[in-house]
Amino acid sequence: MALKKHIIDLKVVAKEVLGNRFVLLKCTDPMASLPPMMPGQFAQLRVDGSKETYLRRPISINYVDMTKNEIWFLVQLVGPGSRALGRLQQGDLLNALLPLGNGFSMPVSSDKKHLLVGGGVGTAPLLYMGAQMSMMGIKPTFLLGARTADMLLQLEDFERVGDVYVTTEDGSMGEKGFVTQHSILFKQRFDRISVCGPSPMMKAVARFARQNSVPCEVSLENMMACGLGACLCCVEKTVRGNVCVCTEGPVFDVNELTWE
Amino acid sequence: MANLNTNIGSLQLKNPVMTASGTFGYGIEFEDVVDLSAIGGIIVKGTTFQPRQGNDYPRMVETPSGMLNCVGLQNKGVQYFCETIYPKIRNIDTEMIVNVSGSSPEDYARCASCINDLEDIHAIELNISCPNVHDGGMAFGVTTEGAASVVRAVRKAYNKTLIVKLSPNVTDIVSIAKAVETEGADSVSLINTLMGTAIDIEKRRRMLSIGTGGLSGPCVKPVALRMVYQVAKAVSIPVIGLGGISSATDAIEFIMAGASAIEIGTANFVDPSITAKVAQGINEWLDAHNIASVRDIIGVAE
Repeated sequence: MALKKHIIDLKVVAKEVLGNRFVLLKCTDPMASLPPMMPGQFAQLRVDGSKETYLRRPISINYVDMTKNEIWFLVQLVGPGSRALGRLQQGDLLNALLPLGNGFSMPVSSDKKHLLVGGGVGTAPLLYMGAQMSMMGIKPTFLLGARTADMLLQLEDFERVGDVYVTTEDGSMGEKGFVTQHSILFKQRFDRISVCGPSPMMKAVARFARQNSVPCEVSLENMMACGLGACLCCVEKTVRGNVCVCTEGPVFDVNELTWE
Repeated sequence: MANLNTNIGSLQLKNPVMTASGTFGYGIEFEDVVDLSAIGGIIVKGTTFQPRQGNDYPRMVETPSGMLNCVGLQNKGVQYFCETIYPKIRNIDTEMIVNVSGSSPEDYARCASCINDLEDIHAIELNISCPNVHDGGMAFGVTTEGAASVVRAVRKAYNKTLIVKLSPNVTDIVSIAKAVETEGADSVSLINTLMGTAIDIEKRRRMLSIGTGGLSGPCVKPVALRMVYQVAKAVSIPVIGLGGISSATDAIEFIMAGASAIEIGTANFVDPSITAKVAQGINEWLDAHNIASVRDIIGVAE
């Protein structure tokens, strides 16, 4: 059953600048309780006051704190849209359409080992997922990769909810290399892997998962316009043909995709 | 409360605000966030006789005040529509209109004929102007003979309200409008998207999978408004105006230019509840100006 979608004027209650390329927006709904949302779902954030952009920006749900009525968005400052979002200040309103898409499959029992693999800003939805798992009494294992140590985000938050292993491409933190080279993958057997990150990284993890017969889900971020399955712009080729990432995804079982 | 009723041939709309095909799905995708019964008419996704996979990704590029798309009419075909979609949408409390596309006059007519049998669908919009498919679409919409041939074939197969959607990618849109009017179209809607492209300068290549796409959004509004004005002056069938409408003011401009109704397209992506707001905004403007009916301002612009 799909969760009901809402258009909400969120209010920014706190803003944190992470490194020089990321902004964390902590928002609340000043009028009502936030609706139920699943880890892996996303929001379409309207970009106001930008002359260069027109469309909303799909941003994953980084964390939801129901007791504080807070939702977090981790935004990488890439183009004019994300930079405009990055200029929001505490007290500003942020119009959001949410929750959209389907989340990650959640584990049902703690005797299965579940690995959450994130790369770059793709670590964002894994924090909410790990926190939800932790609340269910299932300790998640995170494997987080980035180019450099200063691009590894929210490590303290991840460490609060699970075991954290890290790689950096320059070796400035954790093991040097890519996530698929991390020793944890060869020391422990995992029963399921959930991945969000750059496409080459997700493809590499998907290959590893297939070779080791581990079920694996990946979260895609194809360019999209509506987020509601209407414009058909964000399609991904799957074994079922072209499907919308916004409504059929963004999370897909790797066996559904036509990746080699 | 002003009277917002408007007519497209024998089709009566509760208000002049419709959704443009391909921007609002089948309506149900938006039901969580907008009251569908507040919309005058919903023109659903382009439907073809045979299923179509559409073009490869990437299918869109954002542009200043708009976007390019090259979706390429992805749909599951008219049989799927009739059997699976129609039962889900037939009771939505507004006029549900099907946008029909094809690759030959016979193909269009076959698709239209299937929809003719659906009792709760009272109109179709014929897409003779899709810029994103090779085997038809816009090819018909860019010549008077091509446009006339499709409308002639469909008119024989379809006996309810027939709207023909016109391409702006032509030298003289008025002559095309007149040609389809002569063949028995009940209305024309304009404009479809303007053909454009965008280039990634680092990769030194065009960004859309098929190279080109259709431009939509506020950036096309002045062009659309001019064409609506010209066509409305030249034909005697009702005109439906679209192209970049994203506010009640925009909608009223099109109505004053001669449109009996308007369609909202790309703006649905930015505000999925925009249609209801525009309908309400038109009502408020009419009330504020003591105008009894929206019909009183159709084509009043000098």
